Amino acid sequence: MSADTTRAPAPPQQRAAPAPRRRLASPRVLPVLATFVLFVAMFGIGSARYDGFFSLQVLLNLFIDNAYLIVLAVGMTFVIITGGIDLSVGSVVALSGVLAAKLLATGWSAVAVLLVVLLVGTSLGLAMGLVIHYLELQPFVVTLAGMFLARGLCYVISVESIPIRDPLFTAIAQGTVSLPGDTFVSPSVVVAVLVVLVGAYLLHATRFGRTVYAVGGNQQSAELMGVRVGRTKVAVYGISGLCSAIGGLLFAFYSLSGYSLSAVGTELDAIAATVIGGTLLSGGVGLVVGSVLGVLVLGLIQTFISFEGTLSSWWTRIVIGALLLVFVVLQRFLVRRRS
Amino acid sequence: MSPEVWRRFTASSLFWPVVALVALLVFDAVAVPGFFALRIQDGHLYGSLVDILKNGAPTAIIALGMTLVIATRGIDLSVGATVAISAAVACGWIAAAPDPTSASAAIVGMLLALGLAVVLGLWNGFLVAVLGIQPIIATLVLMTAGRGIAQLITDGQIITVANPLYAQLGGGFLLGLPVSVVLAAVLFALVGAVTRRTALGMLIEAVGINPTAARLAGIRARGITVAVYVFVAVCACLAGLMISSNVTAADANNAGLWIELDAILAVVIGGTLLTGGRYSVIGTLVGALVLQTLTTTVYTAGIPPEVTLVFKALVIIAVCLLQSPKTRALLRRTRPAPVREAVAAS
Repeated sequence: MSADTTRAPAPPQQRAAPAPRRRLASPRVLPVLATFVLFVAMFGIGSARYDGFFSLQVLLNLFIDNAYLIVLAVGMTFVIITGGIDLSVGSVVALSGVLAAKLLATGWSAVAVLLVVLLVGTSLGLAMGLVIHYLELQPFVVTLAGMFLARGLCYVISVESIPIRDPLFTAIAQGTVSLPGDTFVSPSVVVAVLVVLVGAYLLHATRFGRTVYAVGGNQQSAELMGVRVGRTKVAVYGISGLCSAIGGLLFAFYSLSGYSLSAVGTELDAIAATVIGGTLLSGGVGLVVGSVLGVLVLGLIQTFISFEGTLSSWWTRIVIGALLLVFVVLQRFLVRRRS
Repeated sequence: MSPEVWRRFTASSLFWPVVALVALLVFDAVAVPGFFALRIQDGHLYGSLVDILKNGAPTAIIALGMTLVIATRGIDLSVGATVAISAAVACGWIAAAPDPTSASAAIVGMLLALGLAVVLGLWNGFLVAVLGIQPIIATLVLMTAGRGIAQLITDGQIITVANPLYAQLGGGFLLGLPVSVVLAAVLFALVGAVTRRTALGMLIEAVGINPTAARLAGIRARGITVAVYVFVAVCACLAGLMISSNVTAADANNAGLWIELDAILAVVIGGTLLTGGRYSVIGTLVGALVLQTLTTTVYTAGIPPEVTLVFKALVIIAVCLLQSPKTRALLRRTRPAPVREAVAAS
């Protein structure tokens, strides 16, 4: 009956018209659009400045070099949308690499190693999720402990770098997937794209995904609505753990070794990419595709510095910090305008 | 100790951290012969206990500042970067001075670093209190960019300095104790006195509980928030000066790496909740001591240093679990006696 009264004054067509524009300008989509525009602009500037920048292969190299980071950012997106944070991802990447290298060196078959690594990463994530939800400890502290634990386990397994000589691993590391136009990507990129697709499907098209947004939007309301908050929170840390393990394997393919000091600080890159991609750290807002764009922007900064040649590597950090600032302030004003 | 005092002590958030500290020290006493031995050489105190205090001083000082930030329901991830920048500025100035060994070069270098730290603190405070950005991201900006800035200052090099006055800060002695320990003790006493003997501590807690309500009650919430971020930056700067003075060099890459995490841990172990609104300066001191004793124990007891992190993780998890209200409630449920007493008392 209330539907009738609201429909009466304005015809449906007129009411529907402003909706798409509002959706584009919503705080959920606008930062992602801003990131996309930034990416295109940066790519354009790079193409104008440097010879050989404007090519499909440079674009694809972004994916090849950052495949593992894309996977990490997908997992991080789930966690951050629920209003949590996962500081353990960098250490779990290192742990996955070291564990894989060690098991392969002791003669395990490659397939068994892959399964064990994925299982270890997921279990660690689930364990952290259980502690966070059921013992009501802060995600920051719990995942920090997880970060120390995983990094410490790396050192326990091996202090030195272990080379990987397994035929399957080297085949994946050296293999290429040809694309039209004389370009190629690594098999890792295929894995990363699959993870992105599955992640986007889970988050944007399933009941579980809507629960994730509900928990991040307002946990108490979600609980009152009968959403299974506990299960969802534990699951997102499990997903992040699984993504970290996959990311660790991709990193192992990329470097063909397991080293306990690798991927230090990667959690910050993953968080930065997620935030630049439009996910709000307060939870409830974010898109998987945004995080992928965030990673690509970070990768593009690296590419700029390698093309420039004279710029020192520390400019990467400074530029990432500056971008982070711009996006955080932008989001802040978007949220303020909405409320 | 009377039963009443004992019960209050076991119920306080300080109980488990103190138990952890005592347990570590007892383990040391048994496992490491002569751990408690102190000797005086040239009027200076030496020994494992002094080492714990000396090595723990930078983290403890940062944790002190972090306590106040966390009490306002904030967090500062950028202190490690501030450590690196401060070390780079001070050492860079001293190394570039006409006479790198002069006292004036050291003093100006340190003042420059402190001045810059105040600017960095104001920046963080501005983002948090004026723009209203979540503290964890606001300080993530400087955490990410800071180490790059430090490398920009040092030009990617490790700057070594040989200044006698500067070396005193990290390696010198005052009244028989290391200068860094004396400085840390003075800072803890000062902050304890200033925030607890005046209303300042209560005002900080009020901001942490509800900034809007605090402002409506006439508290300058914005000013207090900015002030705690400036204070933690100054603490981080002092720690950075100590660290670089101790090794007589500024390493933009590694100075103060992950110190923000250790500092936050010390605060959390000390019973201050990350949700703000309540803090304990003594708790933070105990927390910092637990962390440093753990590290020192691992080194002196001959446990392979590789497993330090695993130990650290386990201790953190154990202490946090024991402190969590949820676990306490679970434990209480299995022991009905205190519940009945509580009912009787009410």
